[in-house]
Amino acid sequence: MNETAGGIAVLPSADRESELRDAVRDALARRQPLRIVGADSKHFLGRSIDAEALHVAAHRGVLAYEPSELVVTARSGTPLAELEAVLAQEGQMLGFEPPYFGPGATIGGTVACGLSGPRRPFAGSARDFMLGVKLLNGRAEALRFGGTVMKNVAGFDVSRLMVGACGTLGVLLEVSLKVLPRPRCELSLSFEMNPSSVLDAMQAWASGPWPITALAYDDRLRVRLSGNEAAVQAARRRLGGEPADGGADYWRALREQDLPFFAGAADLWRLSVPPASRLAGLPGEWLYDWGGAQRWLRTSAPAAEVFAAASSCGGHATLFRTATASAVRFHPLEPLLMDLHRSLKAAFDPDGLFNPGRMYEGL
Amino acid sequence: MTHRSHPSEQLAHHVDKDAFVRALRRKLGPEAVLADPEDLRPYECDALSAYRTLPWIVVLPQSTAEVQAVMQLCHAAGVPVVARGAGTGLSGGALPVENGVLLSLTRLNRILAIDAPNRLARVQPGVRNAAVTEAVASLGLLYAPDPSSQIACTIGGNVAENSGGVHCLKYGLTVHNLTEIKLVTVEGELLTVGGMSLDAPGYDLLALLTGSEGLLGIIVEVVVKLIPQPASARALLAAFDDVVAAGAAVASIIGAGLLPAGLEFMDAVTLRATEAFVHAGYPVEAAAILLCEFDGLPEQVEADLAAAEAILVAARASEVRRAADDAERLRFWMGRKAAFPAVGRIAADYYCMDGTIPRRCLADVLRGISTLAEEFGLGVANVFHAGDGNLHPLILYDANRPGELEQAERLGARILQLCLDVGGTVTGEHGVGVEKIDLLCRQFPAAELAQFHAVKRAFDPHGLLNPGKAVPSLRRCAELGAMHVHGGQLPFPELERF
Repeated sequence: MNETAGGIAVLPSADRESELRDAVRDALARRQPLRIVGADSKHFLGRSIDAEALHVAAHRGVLAYEPSELVVTARSGTPLAELEAVLAQEGQMLGFEPPYFGPGATIGGTVACGLSGPRRPFAGSARDFMLGVKLLNGRAEALRFGGTVMKNVAGFDVSRLMVGACGTLGVLLEVSLKVLPRPRCELSLSFEMNPSSVLDAMQAWASGPWPITALAYDDRLRVRLSGNEAAVQAARRRLGGEPADGGADYWRALREQDLPFFAGAADLWRLSVPPASRLAGLPGEWLYDWGGAQRWLRTSAPAAEVFAAASSCGGHATLFRTATASAVRFHPLEPLLMDLHRSLKAAFDPDGLFNPGRMYEGL
Repeated sequence: MTHRSHPSEQLAHHVDKDAFVRALRRKLGPEAVLADPEDLRPYECDALSAYRTLPWIVVLPQSTAEVQAVMQLCHAAGVPVVARGAGTGLSGGALPVENGVLLSLTRLNRILAIDAPNRLARVQPGVRNAAVTEAVASLGLLYAPDPSSQIACTIGGNVAENSGGVHCLKYGLTVHNLTEIKLVTVEGELLTVGGMSLDAPGYDLLALLTGSEGLLGIIVEVVVKLIPQPASARALLAAFDDVVAAGAAVASIIGAGLLPAGLEFMDAVTLRATEAFVHAGYPVEAAAILLCEFDGLPEQVEADLAAAEAILVAARASEVRRAADDAERLRFWMGRKAAFPAVGRIAADYYCMDGTIPRRCLADVLRGISTLAEEFGLGVANVFHAGDGNLHPLILYDANRPGELEQAERLGARILQLCLDVGGTVTGEHGVGVEKIDLLCRQFPAAELAQFHAVKRAFDPHGLLNPGKAVPSLRRCAELGAMHVHGGQLPFPELERF
């Protein structure tokens, strides 16, 4: 009989480390590149690659969770929904509000892709909450880095290096993440606002002492306040606005790209920029999240133009979703920085087994 | 005491000193290159002054281009380089090597830009930590990491050590408060890592470089994040008759879903020394006190204070005192910030430890430290960042008594072993440096250490940057007998061991 946590069925815990290690050892002997797969919910992210699948989802289960330590350790194949349900039972949560992009999303894939939701500028990113990792490197060695304590400067910070590396440096086996208490109360507000005033308004609020935990603009300016009831109401009295339709559902739909803005076939770009940046000249439709620091753009503009616009203000761009299979997906790196990426890749995965080319050609 | 590095971590070269000094002076000017023993003396140690080595040469570059020139010369000649900020480090990370260049970054001390709308500041590595917050206070902003040495320590050193501070429980460590580093590579090339956005393309090199203790490159520019000043801050002081109850109260506060801006612990030895020194109004008869601060909107702070008070009373606090006003709150903190110098007044010398443990083990580890202290016949004062389980036991000794320093070091190693035994780490925020390099052999098995060396080689193939620090050679660990070798096989058996 399966257990449940908050209405979510908890699958039996299963240790597949030795099988995964054997599979990597076997691939190493055959020089066979591997495509690391959890639930494949984020298959669209990055370049498509032709390699043998290494399935990690069966390696699952929450290994340690002590609410007073604010730390959870789980095997990489643990479903994100299950992990979040376990945390919710203790009144806690993942502070970076990760997107799923599919019902089966695993914590390993979440960490490997390094994506964070609307709470990110106010609470921190996936990498900010990373405390420790166990991974298989390209020599099929199982290695542990970091740990389960809040502060740890022993050795290089390999744990955080794994976040957002898209599995190109190793197969994640276990991750330890810092967790946060859930706010007692959350309130979403929306405001009519002229598009030309939006960025200034966002920066003014983000520079103030308000308990803001999300700040976005589509056709309206939208704010989420979090804290105890008294503080949330006090902030609301000062900021004004109307309670937003749908409340929390809006932030889930924004995080999961379920809003109408995200429907359609035009290329979807993610621009990560200093939040006050004015990006004139790029044609297309915009949606601002992260108080202006993460901007979604639907455009048919050539990639070079989007990359150049993001670079010009000190940011970068990612072609997040596209129908063009051969497209460059991540922001091009300077040659010296690319050389260093190749050296680091070789340090972890000398035979280029893991997700070769998923981020950049030759990596 | 003169520190000697392990032979496997030394780099020999036969460069003629006079010729090399002339070459450096041609690039940097005559007064920016020091080579006379009396000029070198101030650089022979950092704040871990038990270890001293006179550097071969000291250079004081004034620009990124000059740092690049130094690195190009050293790289071409195979001369090791140790970077140094203000020298406030507590683990010997800036200890010179006797045939190497000590690269002081204190003259790169300008705040280059403050970007209020984007809440960023671009600073050179020699800017003092506190100077950043001072420069942006009028904008209603602050730079969150606040190591206790913040009036002297520099941003470059903070990045190299991933420094924390009293407020990192809520606001994060240095790694959480940066967006960009400009790095001069070992070859002398200039590399930009990160950017002005919240994330960057490619691998998270910003995280890898933060806390890398000068082993991967020379930091010449940093973009730090600024955050809004909180609307209000209130503090509590709770006294306990028993250390174990105070330790348990810490876990209860965090477990209840409260997130204090600071949660600090001081034991009886520390609080009496501190009270005698700065008269903060501490209850000197207590066995331990906790200082607990909340910040945010007044409505939130009031509710959190009330919740924390109830928890502290239930946890058998003998007294719970709210700071009546900001002056009293600052007095509470003045005592905490003066704790190290105050302990310095009651002992000839002290040796500061930096282990981090799971909060639930605080009570047990404090008991263990007290037992060990008795066994070694030395006093230990405990003052630490309780909220994140980061212990700073101060071992009291007298260096003028023969053998006592060595005894203190042995006690320190036993205390850190205790931290490892409960699943912690040997260093939470002070770094490994030379001080804890042997202990890394205990914390990490050989395969993990070999992976660290592979990362190091990706940046610095010949090992010129800060040799003998932070990551021990496998030979050092093998000789200590401390290495975990799996199945009798060293990992990467085909690699040269040095």
